[in-house]
Amino acid sequence: MKPLREVGILGFGGYVPMYRIKDEEIANVWNAQTSGLPVIEKAVPSQDEDVFTMSYEAAKNAIARAKISPNLIRAVFVGTESKPYAVKPTGSMLVTSLGLDNRSLAAEYEFACKAGTEAFQSAIALVGSGMLEYSMAIGADIAQGRPGDELEFTSGAGAAAFIFSKKSKETVAFLEYSVSYVSDTPDFWRRQGQKYPQHAGRFTGEPAYFNHIISSVKTLFEETGLKPSDFSYAVFHQPNTKFPLRVGEILGFPPEKIKPGLLSPVVGNAYAGIVPLGLSATLEVAKPNERILVASFGSGAGSDAFSFVTQEALEEKKNLAPLVSDYIKRKKYVSYVTYALYKGKIPR
Amino acid sequence: MSESVPRYWREIKIRERLIGSKCEDCGRITFPPRKVCPYCRSRKLTEVELPKKGKLLSYSVVRKPPAEFEKYAPYVIGIITLENGVNVISQLTDIDLKDVKIGMELEGVLRKYREEGEEGLIHYGIKFRPRIK
Amino acid sequence: MKPIVVGVGMTKVGEHWDESLKSLAVEASLEAIDSSGLTPEVIVFSNMMSGRLQVQDHLGTLLADELGLRGLPAVRVEAACASGGVAFHVAYNMIKSGIYKVALIVGAEKMSDTSTEQTTTALMTAEDREYTGFYGASFVSLNALAHRLYMEKFNVSEEEMASLAVLSHENGVNNPFAMYRRKISTKEVLESPYVADPIHLLEAAPISDGAAAVVLASEEVAKTKSSVVSVEASTVATDAIRYYEREDLLTFESAKKAFMNAVSASKIEKDQIDILELHDAFTIVGYLTLESAGIAERGKAAKLVASNKFTLSDKPAVNTMGGLKSRGHPIGATGLYQISELYLQLTNNAGKNQVDNAKIGVAFNVGGVGTTTSVSVLKRR
Repeated sequence: MKPLREVGILGFGGYVPMYRIKDEEIANVWNAQTSGLPVIEKAVPSQDEDVFTMSYEAAKNAIARAKISPNLIRAVFVGTESKPYAVKPTGSMLVTSLGLDNRSLAAEYEFACKAGTEAFQSAIALVGSGMLEYSMAIGADIAQGRPGDELEFTSGAGAAAFIFSKKSKETVAFLEYSVSYVSDTPDFWRRQGQKYPQHAGRFTGEPAYFNHIISSVKTLFEETGLKPSDFSYAVFHQPNTKFPLRVGEILGFPPEKIKPGLLSPVVGNAYAGIVPLGLSATLEVAKPNERILVASFGSGAGSDAFSFVTQEALEEKKNLAPLVSDYIKRKKYVSYVTYALYKGKIPR
Repeated sequence: MSESVPRYWREIKIRERLIGSKCEDCGRITFPPRKVCPYCRSRKLTEVELPKKGKLLSYSVVRKPPAEFEKYAPYVIGIITLENGVNVISQLTDIDLKDVKIGMELEGVLRKYREEGEEGLIHYGIKFRPRIK
Repeated sequence: MKPIVVGVGMTKVGEHWDESLKSLAVEASLEAIDSSGLTPEVIVFSNMMSGRLQVQDHLGTLLADELGLRGLPAVRVEAACASGGVAFHVAYNMIKSGIYKVALIVGAEKMSDTSTEQTTTALMTAEDREYTGFYGASFVSLNALAHRLYMEKFNVSEEEMASLAVLSHENGVNNPFAMYRRKISTKEVLESPYVADPIHLLEAAPISDGAAAVVLASEEVAKTKSSVVSVEASTVATDAIRYYEREDLLTFESAKKAFMNAVSASKIEKDQIDILELHDAFTIVGYLTLESAGIAERGKAAKLVASNKFTLSDKPAVNTMGGLKSRGHPIGATGLYQISELYLQLTNNAGKNQVDNAKIGVAFNVGGVGTTTSVSVLKRR
């Protein structure tokens, strides 16, 4: 897909909560083996955080880099599966708290872990069609996993926000092309009113994660004529450490192109937030005129693939807000008990 | 003791963006916004958004919290002098009690203050934490 | 024309599980009325929190009815912890105006009917609910902000900060109406847990129930009685409702102004004061009051108390009946306990704690964090 007019990223910003729990700590609680754990550690939000507050901070960082008054932004989309209210939009809360124009479109997207990049597609389309000048898309989640379930070893937290405008000297990267690819593949779900998701174990691998990402990326290659060697970086959805590296290998991306955006080992899988966060981290190390492949995956299932090309403005704008790496460095380890308390697993 | 919905709603913008008022006559800024300047009694006041960076002037640790704050106790409450010299009161977050020091550099972030039980509204406002950068 | 105190009444301060707000108010009122030998023409009821703690308002009329005084004009006065002093001020002016000749002022608060969280929430209504209460500050924590700043700025030790609590307890031992009639040591204070750091539990006046009443009469009516205590001044002043907005966080402008006005109205200077009742809801409130009124030098009040000033043999003697800390602090009643205790001293009825030749007594009743202060100046004629 390609918009009618060229669209670029005007500003971007990530956010990772301060607390961490080591997978080893979780394994010890459940008497599980401590070898071969899916990530090293994962981010744990404080009790006073939720998707709204995390989105707010990511958005603040994006606005700082966009260097525009927030009231010029006329659309805000939040991709998440852990919004604070089941019914009551986080988008409208962001409009007021960030001082966006009230004449804005605000909505949530839900598509498991790819809700964030779905928000990208819609935000890009509004600018690309000329319907408005500035839009914001956010991916944010406080991932849920049942205590003791294998998801508990990876379910992290984080958010990233992107402000789109038409391509200009002010944009840090422009969109070259995108693809969305979906099918009914029930690898992971959560029924209405349930606190924790269910998943189909190893079924989430080959028919779900690998099939959808490979399909979207191969489509993008076919329709653009691009090939892996044209890209300096690739950001894949990262439910653990292994899958993104493996899918990269299949598609022809060596680990060094993936690692700058591979955050799950230290942040965990922040569901709809992790790919946008990985893209933020990648932009923070990229140089102008480099190409970045982004391919999300959402259970249920689907994948959005994007090709972005960085621009000159990136260099100057990087340092206008805290970096994802700053947030990753800022950490305090908590015990399983504190983690359980913060995540509401112990009622208080 | 839950707040009424309209009462909460009226203050959302002021609390989440730190909106104060500036006196057009004497130039003083106050938080929250007012109709009459407490310094010169002028009625020409305009809304201004306050900076969200400042320094800790004094603090206490609330160990016996008011109703609906029990979940977060003990927590730190402080007076923060913002970059423009205006004082505000706020909770501190993302900090251990032992690390709180008068004069420390802080920045405002949006956080939850309380929840009206499992089913009611969630109340948000600015809290301050040690500066990241 | 100086209003005259013609009678006082107090209940013991404590946790009165078997008494209600109403019954406590009635008990203190009847005692005051009986000791005055007069029938009030007007009732001023002081209370802060009945609307929240008892879900009961309209207290003036309620009490008039209970006292068998249906038909009397009655009002309720509320000014947080300064309610008592402000109610006294209202009655004082009623008598001074000449419209009323005998007024009953009764203060009552019943704080044990609710949970600590509910009471804590209710106490916070002394500050701006929307911009201080919202942030989860407790009333103690606001005073703790001042306490910490005071220690930092004037290099005051924890031991020195604790000293007013120790002094009040020393005196409260001999007050039959006091809630905690025992001495406490500095060590005990500092080993008690924090309520809101750096304020320890034993530096904070207790949550309590109690009622105190005063009958005030015009000079003309009082002439028929052997009343000897006149009210030389009753003043009230206020400051910013939100503590954090004060330009000088370590001066109580309200105490400064109220005392200045009281001095000019009464022509009584600070060195003439024999007995001083300080509002030691927290020790810091006592120190800042002393300093703001100019009775102690800035930054020196805690150090003075710690060096054994203000004891019963000193001039002025402070909190001779135990202050808020030992006697207890039933909010709306506190200001009237202070007046009643001064009355006992000035009429030579203070028992073991009687201060010899006590002639001038001054009470500071403080609401909020020095937000409202009332000053009452009483004199034995």
